[in-house]
Amino acid sequence: MGRLINDGYDVVEEMLEGYTKVHSDYVRFSEESDRVIVSKVMSEEPRVRIILGGGAGHEPMFLGYVGKDFADAAVIGNVNTSPSPEPCYISVKEVDSGKGCLYLYGNYAGDVLNFDMGAEMAADEGIRVESVSVKDDVYSSTNFEDRRGVAGDLIVFKTAAAAAAKGYDLDKVVQLTEKANRNTFSLGVALSSATLPVTGEAIFEMNEGDMEVGMGLHGEPGIERKKLKPANEVIDEILNHLLERSPIKEGDETLVMINGLGSLPLMDQYICYRRVDQVLEEKGIIIDRSLVGNYATSMDMIGMSVTLVKLDNELRELLAASCDTPYFKQ
Amino acid sequence: MVVTLSKDYFVESIKKIAEMIEKERNYLTKLDSDIGDGDHGINLSIGFREVTKRLSELNENTEDISSFLKKVGMTLLGKVGGASGPLYGSFFMKMGTDVKGKEVVTFEEFIKMIDNGVAAVEMRGKAQVGDKTMIDSLRPGADYLKESDPNGRELEIFKEFIEVLKQGAKNTDPLIAKKGRSLRLGERAIGHRDPGAESSYLIFKAFYESFQDSDEKNRIKNGESMR
Repeated sequence: MGRLINDGYDVVEEMLEGYTKVHSDYVRFSEESDRVIVSKVMSEEPRVRIILGGGAGHEPMFLGYVGKDFADAAVIGNVNTSPSPEPCYISVKEVDSGKGCLYLYGNYAGDVLNFDMGAEMAADEGIRVESVSVKDDVYSSTNFEDRRGVAGDLIVFKTAAAAAAKGYDLDKVVQLTEKANRNTFSLGVALSSATLPVTGEAIFEMNEGDMEVGMGLHGEPGIERKKLKPANEVIDEILNHLLERSPIKEGDETLVMINGLGSLPLMDQYICYRRVDQVLEEKGIIIDRSLVGNYATSMDMIGMSVTLVKLDNELRELLAASCDTPYFKQ
Repeated sequence: MVVTLSKDYFVESIKKIAEMIEKERNYLTKLDSDIGDGDHGINLSIGFREVTKRLSELNENTEDISSFLKKVGMTLLGKVGGASGPLYGSFFMKMGTDVKGKEVVTFEEFIKMIDNGVAAVEMRGKAQVGDKTMIDSLRPGADYLKESDPNGRELEIFKEFIEVLKQGAKNTDPLIAKKGRSLRLGERAIGHRDPGAESSYLIFKAFYESFQDSDEKNRIKNGESMR
């Protein structure tokens, strides 16, 4: 597929420059790092600060959620690659208000390594930083700790930010964030690969008319490659896997999110949502809140994922809390 | 005659590594596409382009081999990110731990430097041989060097070391990954080479080629002085 870029090595810097200019009401660059985006609308009272981060290429993921009562900073790495330790550390220095900070990112080896090193640097200066890595992709491993983070990032991040906005201390924010993490289940399908800016080539080969259920946010292989089927059948298959791999059952209340991976039309996403709504109603599973759109993308990948969140009163309230950022308002 | 390696040797080696990375970028990226997220070659090229850009500054502003390599490591750490940033960054940052203040090191000291670098990667990445990572080529290579008696056979030993690394990278083909992004592939990782193990081999191949060059230069120099 075509990309409208300049030198592939400059995409992250050029995107961030454009983003900070457009959304200058909400964010600014850190003076110390051009990979750290800091909120201009941070709460005046001290509270636990929420820092998101990860590789570029998932927009609006990470930077789009910096704003009022959501994230206080985002740290952006190279394409599909976690940021390095120094900007992670700088983000803490930018936002900490004495109550500590929480790093939030998808569960990938690189992110864990770099954010841990950033947290060590902050700890040397007496600032407490905790981390929660999101693990919602049910297909990626049967072992919870090994699961990767995909669209469910948004749910876990939102929960953490709402808990921080309520003035809870860092331990309580971490505990609620982990609770959201344990109750968020996602599975996606890809119809095409993303195009890497530097090489201009697809990350992986995929024939037109094929699909792969279970594919990851960076093109990590899924369950199997097969012929594309109508939306209803694809959604049925995804929901079968999701319900099999989650404790969600009849009578439960849920949040449903359809997440577009970058190049799937909204039309298709709403058609997918319609089928999820039908199936869950048949099964007696209640939808309390729903989201449809491109929340965590893989650049120009065609595909989508379904996320189900098992709600209780606490999670429902946190996920409904108001916030205002360039890409998430409620 | 004791074989020694000067700071210039390390500067030249870093140049060679940077050239190699540009040449092999798409190959390493392809290996990573098979079992990872397809950017290993690109990320190393982002890192080594920055190192190349700053190379003369890094060389001029450092007194000894240890601090030069540390700066190279810090540049990689800061520019690359992902898993390869901290891992290769740590490798170069810790390589010079035991040779602080030295502008020249012996081959024996060089062997110890490699072992220190590999130990730093093991510590940071918490990986062991058999996990389908860089360690599958680096650890057997470092062990081979430690057990060797290079006295007078330095070039030969270096060449054999490269062969051990190459074989170590090949050995990752049939493995199921226990670390990194291919961890979640399970049996589907079988038949694919680990891109980090391969880039580790290629990086030391560049060190070897730079050693060959300096060895040749030394021989010519010695030959001339005998005349």
